[in-house]
Amino acid sequence: MHDKQVRRRRAVLILLVAVSLILLTAYFGETPTSPLHSVQRGVVEVLSPVEQGANTVLAPVRNAAGWVSDTLHAKSQVKQLRAQVQNLTAELAQAKGAQLENAQLSHLVHLDNSIGVAAFHPVTAQVIARDPTLWYQTVEVDKGSDDGVRLHDPVIADRGLVGEITEVSATASIVSLITDHTVSVTARVTDANGDTGELVPAVGSPNQLVLQYLQPPNPGQVQNGPQAGQLVVTAGFKSNSLESWFPANIPIGWVAQFNEDQLFNDGQIQVTPAADLRRFDVVQILTAAQPGTERAQRP
Amino acid sequence: MTDLKDKVKLPLRLILLGFVAVLVQESAVSQISIFGVSADITPLVVMSVGLLCGSLTGAVFGFGTGLLIDLVLVQTLGVTSLLYIVIGYWAGRLRELRDPSHELVPLAAGALASAFAGLGMAVIQFLLGVDAPVSLLLLQQIFVVVLVNTLLALPVYALVRRIVRPVLPEDPRRRRRRAYTTGGLSPLQQGAARRGLTSRTTTR
Repeated sequence: MHDKQVRRRRAVLILLVAVSLILLTAYFGETPTSPLHSVQRGVVEVLSPVEQGANTVLAPVRNAAGWVSDTLHAKSQVKQLRAQVQNLTAELAQAKGAQLENAQLSHLVHLDNSIGVAAFHPVTAQVIARDPTLWYQTVEVDKGSDDGVRLHDPVIADRGLVGEITEVSATASIVSLITDHTVSVTARVTDANGDTGELVPAVGSPNQLVLQYLQPPNPGQVQNGPQAGQLVVTAGFKSNSLESWFPANIPIGWVAQFNEDQLFNDGQIQVTPAADLRRFDVVQILTAAQPGTERAQRP
Repeated sequence: MTDLKDKVKLPLRLILLGFVAVLVQESAVSQISIFGVSADITPLVVMSVGLLCGSLTGAVFGFGTGLLIDLVLVQTLGVTSLLYIVIGYWAGRLRELRDPSHELVPLAAGALASAFAGLGMAVIQFLLGVDAPVSLLLLQQIFVVVLVNTLLALPVYALVRRIVRPVLPEDPRRRRRRAYTTGGLSPLQQGAARRGLTSRTTTR
């Protein structure tokens, strides 16, 4: 009797492990349109109304916990934000002048300069679920293809870019955050050189991104290169293909304190995301493709 | 008929428990940041079920819960279920082999389960390939998650026990131990009592 139980237990265990390994192997080699992905999308679609309900019901619990956490966090941020406001005020004055000049020059060469967020038909969505693991930095939002959301649409929150759409069902979508190891964005530092590189996450450090492949500044012109506190924005095209999924000039974050040797030797600097990627509840999905791209011509 | 109804009660409760645990985790707990990380109650629930119901039920529950998480969050299928099978099975074996009765066992088991889930996920992700640079802060993050989870282990275990215990089949070993500790007679004492000897327990 005991032997039979032991045999049964072992058989079930082996079966479960085997099924998991088969699923893992099959899923890993599949394309996004394959059956297992379709099943996942179906489950997301079926469960998204339930998740929306649970999200609403549990909102007071979340808000209470968030309030306590925010109060503690806010105290430590005051000093840092005051310094940032001073820097930004100076930068704003310069930017206003540059904007005026830019508008005049654009008018001269007949360029359409309406690259504001409103031009990309933003769809406002509520975060209804969040991945708890450190490896998958994804959130689920309550808008899907029925609302015009498509794969690879950029997603922004109140202070900047937060990620891109990586799965779409009719009523919900999955957003991979810029801290997810599968996401990379071509970004530009707003310094005198306009240094451009590829922004990737530092896996395990949710408040840090790495801007890599930067051209090191000439030794005599270090002041023109990246400096701590400078704004980092989207460069307007994606690194792995020529398509421009991310519109230009969406704020991503700020250049963090960095070691100059790292910039000269590896062409890397650290960037702190502008948006608090663990605390946003509402996002905007930019549903219209950037004009002139291959994706914009797709139906 | 009543017997069949009793047999179905436990699986039904476990299915509901797994579903609600995943839903609460994704909709609420994951969105609360504590020391810069979010707690993860799902390995704690799997550990609790293993400790209360045994290795087989623990492993099956772990597989189901892991699969649901992978499906709902559109992750690589099979990764979480693989880790949770081990957690559920191991917690169940702990109960079957050692039958630990100390009140702090769920605390230690919760810490181990969370550490295993965090490190196991890291190992699998490395095996599957990571495109981005990996920061050493990852270890610190895993440690903080384990710490936060450990604090939650006892309440989660108490809640799961409250839900599952009424429908658990009576375990002979526990019944026997309960009899000893509440003044019932052990088989040895019964023999002595028949021979007219009194034990300390019965004279109290």
